[in-house]
Amino acid sequence: MEMIQTKDLIFEYAKHDEEGNIIGKNRAIDKANIDVEPGSFIAILGHNGSGKSTLAKHMNAILVPSEGTMWVNGKDTKDPDELWNVRQSAGMVFQNPDNQIIGTVVEEDVGFGPENLGVPTDDIWKRVEDSLKAVGMIEYRSHSPNKLSGGQKQRVAIAGVIAMHPKCIVLDEPTAMLDPNGRKEVLRTVEELRKKEKVTVLLITHYMEEVIDADKVYVMDSGQVVMEGTPREIFSDVETLKKYRLDVPQVTMLADELRRRGLPIAKGILRTEELVEALCQLN
Amino acid sequence: MSIKLENINYIYSPDTAYQKHALKNVSLEIEQGQFVGIIGHTGSGKSTLIQHLNGLIKATSGALYFEGKNIYEDGYDMKQLRNQVGLVFQYPEHQLFEVDVMSDVCFGPKNQGLSKEECEQRAREALNLVGFPEKYYKQSPFDLSGGQKRRAAIAGVLAMHPKVLVLDEPTAGLDPRGRDEILDQIAHLHKETEMTVILVSHSMEDVAKYVDRLIVMNKGEKMYDGAPKEVFTHYKELEKVGLAAPQVTYIMHALSESGLPVNTDDTTIMEAADEIMRNLKHD
Amino acid sequence: MIRDITIGQYYPAKSILHRLDPRVKIVCTLLFLISLFLNKNVISYALATVFLFCVIKLSKVPFKFIMKGLKPIIMILMITVVLNLFLTSGGDVLFQVWKLKVTEEGLRTAVYMAIRLIYLIMGSSLMTFTTTPNALTDGIEKLLHPLNKIKVPVHEIAMMMSIALRFIPILLEETDKIMKAQIARGADLESGNILQKAKSMIPILVPLFVSAFRRANDLAMAMESRCYRGGDGRTKMKPLVYGSSDRIAYAVTWGYLIAVFLIGRFVAVKLWIF
Repeated sequence: MEMIQTKDLIFEYAKHDEEGNIIGKNRAIDKANIDVEPGSFIAILGHNGSGKSTLAKHMNAILVPSEGTMWVNGKDTKDPDELWNVRQSAGMVFQNPDNQIIGTVVEEDVGFGPENLGVPTDDIWKRVEDSLKAVGMIEYRSHSPNKLSGGQKQRVAIAGVIAMHPKCIVLDEPTAMLDPNGRKEVLRTVEELRKKEKVTVLLITHYMEEVIDADKVYVMDSGQVVMEGTPREIFSDVETLKKYRLDVPQVTMLADELRRRGLPIAKGILRTEELVEALCQLN
Repeated sequence: MSIKLENINYIYSPDTAYQKHALKNVSLEIEQGQFVGIIGHTGSGKSTLIQHLNGLIKATSGALYFEGKNIYEDGYDMKQLRNQVGLVFQYPEHQLFEVDVMSDVCFGPKNQGLSKEECEQRAREALNLVGFPEKYYKQSPFDLSGGQKRRAAIAGVLAMHPKVLVLDEPTAGLDPRGRDEILDQIAHLHKETEMTVILVSHSMEDVAKYVDRLIVMNKGEKMYDGAPKEVFTHYKELEKVGLAAPQVTYIMHALSESGLPVNTDDTTIMEAADEIMRNLKHD
Repeated sequence: MIRDITIGQYYPAKSILHRLDPRVKIVCTLLFLISLFLNKNVISYALATVFLFCVIKLSKVPFKFIMKGLKPIIMILMITVVLNLFLTSGGDVLFQVWKLKVTEEGLRTAVYMAIRLIYLIMGSSLMTFTTTPNALTDGIEKLLHPLNKIKVPVHEIAMMMSIALRFIPILLEETDKIMKAQIARGADLESGNILQKAKSMIPILVPLFVSAFRRANDLAMAMESRCYRGGDGRTKMKPLVYGSSDRIAYAVTWGYLIAVFLIGRFVAVKLWIF
């Protein structure tokens, strides 16, 4: 069974005029189809306004499809009886670190999800401790979130999600508001979780460097899935990516420029070592 | 015609538990017309530094000369200084407030006491400079896309005709194309108007590509000050303080270590491509 | 400036007071406040002083820190003292300044009033210094729980309080940022009459509201995605259970209140005019 699956998912919202009458519909997602296998690392790329965040909100049943279907862990997100199951299986981490921390103390924030699930008190404490350890924030357990750096806040947010024991974590541009160090910190945490806890990770981003380790990359544009493949396949096509207002990692860009100037270098180089090797063979 | 800082010290909340020495003996001079980059990790003092430039923060000790006059002298016209040194904060679109874009951009010139016609003319000019489409002039700023909001907000400062434009991470949160567009426009602006541009950035790739001079801040002190190429030769030291060199620098170092005798100074894709081509052809 | 206000802040320390159940601290603070208004003579004030200072000692919050909390009320304090001093009449006239007479009664009321106000602030800030905002809201929620029966949404009120506490510092910081940005665009926030000043606040208030709404929206989404669905079926990470020290604290405070009451009622001591 797929962890997350959509079939021809369409999401429309009504446009209103100044009196509040409906004057038309905007299609934010247009027949998107994605499949996420359990335990995999999936990335969704797309420029601002391409529909990637709207799609992410479907995975948590914050939004439900206008047409088509989304299944999370085999459960139809439109089914109201499964709402809490869906939300518990696919945890969300959002972009703004300040706006998703509810507690005034780190550990209390991490405990918020389990409290909502009705987990017994002793078990909450254990979950909070384990989750804070998993993201490396245990020594900050009694701190106020306001005093933490952006990267630390995002790690607390991730801990808050893991404490709910989800099967899948959806990260909606978790690094967009962070500095380079915070970004690295968060990505390292996600990677460790993926390896140790074997959770499925769905990362939505527009930083190209963050997706080179993904098992599969989807590219979205005007609500549609326009590209799909391994990072190597996706980054082979620099021109098309640029058309979608995206970019490629610097190494890939340099390799592409060299190929354009006539050097016989393979497409889709993602890492420095690969480029060095390719060039040394030419020498 | 310059900005000159002499032994600027700044201490936050002195004599309290939160006391922090945010700037330590910073001295530097910026000539009119330069394109300067400032890098440093969060908390390095770079934001505090730029707020000194238009007098929003007053130094605890030291002197700041704008066009030869000490701005801390009694009777210095701070309002005049703020007209000359335009400051674009991080996420400037969060400061938009007027009913339409045009009025918002006019806010600055209006405060300078210009007539309505002059304000509008300047606003048009500024919006044009940042590539803001004319059809949205009468739109509410809150209905625009992220990138357009950002443009409108930058135009709001440009319309004041500053001699110095300071931008605190103008590309934060934008997608790759949006990022390139904004930076290209700023570079174009710098060329056209001979304005001094001071760019605070987290992206080593961006500063390497655009600025003539790079100032590195660390723990409230000026750590390096020079041409980007020169500064990035210290990439090992930069790493120690939580910074890095552009990816290209690492690629060039890796190539040179693998026996390809390339010059390791290069910091941009084009320079690196030239250098690699030159090297391979010689063989 | 805003950072200097210490009322309502939490002072992290490990003390018996910090460990007490928030309900105990809320109820005992109320009892202490009541006791201040039952005080009638010098002995009961002495008792209140001893009680308050013992509790401060137990709390491990530095005395200086508590005194700092009094700063913002100095003006109110001065006005109260001066008004009471000159406007209350009764008893012998002690001295006269121009046409203003200071009577025995006036001096007594002024001094007692000042002490009451100071102790009131010290007592209640001691509660917030030793209780995290979350514990405080938990305590209030539990204490007000009976009101659920008459359809007061107690859980929701408590949740709102705790969210407000979390976001106040963030919004203060945001206000500071927006003000700076508008000043950089030449906004004049200081000069002009009241009307002009109110008008000059628009460039600050509009962005602030927009941002507050955006945050509220984000937060609601984050809470929903973490399965929040109101108070029903929720468990507590830190449930409130009374321990033996809580019971002792109740006993001591009640004992103190009764003592104050009895002294006021039956002991007639007079030290000069007090």
